[in-house]
Amino acid sequence: MVRHGWTGRILEVYLGDRTSRVIEPPAWLYEKFIGGKGLAGHYLSQHLDMEWDDPDMPILIFTGPLVGTRAPTSGRATVMSRSPLTGTVGDTSVGGGLGTKIKRARYDGIILRGSSNKWIGVEIADDKVAFVDASPLLDLTNGDAMDLLADKGSVALIGPAALRGVRFSSLMVDRHFAAARNGIGLSFAKKRIKYLSCDGGARVSVHDAGELDRAREDIFRLVSASPILLGESGIRNMGTPALYDLMHTRRMMPTDNFRTTFFPDAPDLNANAVKKRYSPRKKGCTGCHILCKKGSRDGVVLPEFETLSHFTALLRNSDLHTAVRANELCNEYGIDTISAAVTLACFSEIEGEHLTPDRIMELLGQIVRREDIGDQLADGSALWAASRGKPSSSMSVKGLELPAYDPRGAYGMALAYATSTRGGCHLRAYPIGHEILRKPVATNRFSFAGKARIIKIAEDTNAVIDSLTACKFVFFASSLEEYAHALTAVTGVETTATDLSKTGERIYYHERIMNARWGFSSKDDDLPPRFFEEAGSSGPDFDVPPLNRDDFLGARGRYYKIRGLDADGAPTRDKTRELDLEWTD
Amino acid sequence: MDRLVAKYVGKMVEQRIADDGMPVLGCRDSDIVWSRKDPKITEILEDVFEHLNINSLLHCRPSEPYGSMIEYLAAHSDGAILPQDTETRTFLHDLPLAASFTVEEVVHNLKRRKIVILPGGEIVSFGTVSPQQAFIGFSSVCFACFVKFMSDRLQDSRTAKMDDLARRIMNDALKKTEISHAHEKTSNEGPYITQDEVHREMARVGKLTVMSGMVDSYFGNISYLMDDTLYISQTGSSLDELEGTIDPYRLDGSSCAGITASSELTAHLRILETTGKRAILHGHPKFSVIMSLDCSEEDCDGAGRCHLECPKTRTVGDVPIVAGEVGTGRYGLCNTVPEAMVNTGGVIVYGHGLFTVGSTDLDEPLNNLLDIERMCFEEFVKLTGY
Ligand code: SF4
Ligand SMILES: [Zn+2]
Repeated sequence: MVRHGWTGRILEVYLGDRTSRVIEPPAWLYEKFIGGKGLAGHYLSQHLDMEWDDPDMPILIFTGPLVGTRAPTSGRATVMSRSPLTGTVGDTSVGGGLGTKIKRARYDGIILRGSSNKWIGVEIADDKVAFVDASPLLDLTNGDAMDLLADKGSVALIGPAALRGVRFSSLMVDRHFAAARNGIGLSFAKKRIKYLSCDGGARVSVHDAGELDRAREDIFRLVSASPILLGESGIRNMGTPALYDLMHTRRMMPTDNFRTTFFPDAPDLNANAVKKRYSPRKKGCTGCHILCKKGSRDGVVLPEFETLSHFTALLRNSDLHTAVRANELCNEYGIDTISAAVTLACFSEIEGEHLTPDRIMELLGQIVRREDIGDQLADGSALWAASRGKPSSSMSVKGLELPAYDPRGAYGMALAYATSTRGGCHLRAYPIGHEILRKPVATNRFSFAGKARIIKIAEDTNAVIDSLTACKFVFFASSLEEYAHALTAVTGVETTATDLSKTGERIYYHERIMNARWGFSSKDDDLPPRFFEEAGSSGPDFDVPPLNRDDFLGARGRYYKIRGLDADGAPTRDKTRELDLEWTD
Repeated sequence: MDRLVAKYVGKMVEQRIADDGMPVLGCRDSDIVWSRKDPKITEILEDVFEHLNINSLLHCRPSEPYGSMIEYLAAHSDGAILPQDTETRTFLHDLPLAASFTVEEVVHNLKRRKIVILPGGEIVSFGTVSPQQAFIGFSSVCFACFVKFMSDRLQDSRTAKMDDLARRIMNDALKKTEISHAHEKTSNEGPYITQDEVHREMARVGKLTVMSGMVDSYFGNISYLMDDTLYISQTGSSLDELEGTIDPYRLDGSSCAGITASSELTAHLRILETTGKRAILHGHPKFSVIMSLDCSEEDCDGAGRCHLECPKTRTVGDVPIVAGEVGTGRYGLCNTVPEAMVNTGGVIVYGHGLFTVGSTDLDEPLNNLLDIERMCFEEFVKLTGY
């Protein structure tokens, strides 16, 4: 039995007969997978023979041991299923108050099983679980639906886009926070869950509050020393669009569907432009003092860096307000902003049509309603480009559209996109930390030397962060060393940075095993050919050549070796056993 | 990788924290590249690599006087050395001691901390993205232990209790200490008028600062205000390698390209605002730090929180000492240094380092830095009766 940090209880909800029960996993399972993404992965791995839309494919919403305590930035949760968009492991870390409320209702996670025959809301309040008719909400946009659910604690809901079957639908939490990227919203729609709310009043038991305060002080001190977090131009002041100017000057801003990496109008569309025009207010996840989210005075959620970059440079759009409106539309209807923008850019390239602001908004409207051409684009860029016989115009990896860091300007990022278990994602290893932001120290962004191990270590670390569950941003300043201290203080279970890192390795390898069972291999650990064939835009005193294919493959081969995979990227029996995971022939 | 390994071994020797031929630095991607192979050391380190999720490992006994100081501190500590300087407090927390140089002992300690001290004053440190981290860890231990050892001696001299060994190590260290006199000003007296000139001068003065031993590792920062742009060294940049690592920060905030600027950007901005000066240099000269830690107040209300807030007005000579932590937090030094800088050329931050300013060129803050450090050194000598 776990006693502190974790609640020791997981809520299993059966949508078919509208029942629920509490299960109490053994303590070793918590130590083996921590919580959050790790523990969710454990439950996902019991369904390797299923398609994403099988009614028995569960949705897992898990928090970690630090959630609901005073450990900094640990109010987050992981939502996971098999991804409707990519068919890979589909997990997404989400902020807001969801994780904290789940913990306060005394659960470490919620497993949603089966599917409902009618549209419902699942309302959880401490020990009570209610299944509520959601039909009055079906036609509402997310903001309007949230208004009606305002007294229900933390609310996660899907929008009209998921109801119509958009493959990159998101789940919106507490208005401002998107669980996006994998189309997890569509998984909810498949089960006919319009929303899930959670409220609870219990306190999370902490083993040693004094020790936790000391760990917290250490983390705060590091955060204060971090220019990227709390500096003049840091994300607290400016939000994540603080990165916009840097991507511009480093010639890493994907422009015109990644055909160039420099957008001349960028200086007028940066974080400062957003600040001047919308006078943002700071917002953040429960339990965080960094508060990187920004909302306008009238409550509109302002775009994150990736969204801002893609809805401007990627589409060669110079109108800031269009980017803000596009972001709002995506949030109100519930679709992933990165996938939406990349899919539009892919459309623009294949059709040879430059998209005006009006056209961008029109196409987005068609996507969220699956109308006209939007009906095809709603399946994402990879399927659409393939259907047009031009698969290489989809700038995606494993079917997940790429975010706003051009890999020709950061070779670690190139490798990380390729190896990510959920496809084209920057957050699995976030090498931008050292390749661009100089944290913990700077590495040479135009080199693959040493990057294989660096990426492997970072993937392990981030798997831990998503299992604790904390925010990756705080790790620009802090490290597992301080968080191991916090975790021991919270749970009373002795651990170290290295122990955690080993657990992260297990969690990540576990995802490779699942993906391999779902048919993914080295052919999927690859980048769109454009990056090997075309140069990026040069800077004042540097060039951005195409990636060298042999160097890339060399680094990927070293990565496989370091990760304990075979030459085709498949898991091996030895490594599986070493990590105490299950091997099936 | 070979290049990085050679570079950081070179830096250790150049900065006189390691003797030539001593460091064993390994960097690992799928295979390990070693700076040199010494089976007694590399065999153990190879095993350590297997147990930790890291990419570089460094083993070295620091040169004198650091090696002896570390040994002395280790002999007088229980389980870990606890330095009081900000650098250690913030980034290393404490300096654990291993009972022996074995795989188990090293792994046990490095699972929790970035460095471990072995019997005989050797240090093992590691990195997860670059051997540079191992170098920084090593160099930070040297700095922290020098400061702690010397601060303890100041304590001793107050209570007239210094033992012979400690005195010998201290005297050797003092004998070796040279603080250069003010540098001749170059013909380029400022104010600088082109960006190229600003870059060139920052790089030149940055190098001089490191060469004069006024920083630990290479940390420190430097800035120069020209028109409406503050040119400032990037976070984690080497003052001796500033080419390509200077960020322009636009005072009107119109660009965030300075997000990678030094963590002390806010302090620099406020200092310039309060003093109307143009140039700032920040380093960690050892004797300034040591003197800042030396406080004879008895029964002070602030005791134990000296690095955060200090209720007294303290000085060395006429140079103010203030409290404050790195960065912009509640106790950030950006809240204390600027005000103290009015009417003076330099301010010492408790347990941390020294900020100096200049009106037109960067030589002025460098010379202020050297003058203050020399004054602190002389003060130290006077107090310890060397
Ligand atoms: S830094 Fe931003 S995303 Fe992370 S926890 Fe804080 S508010 Fe949420
Ligand atoms: Zn400093």
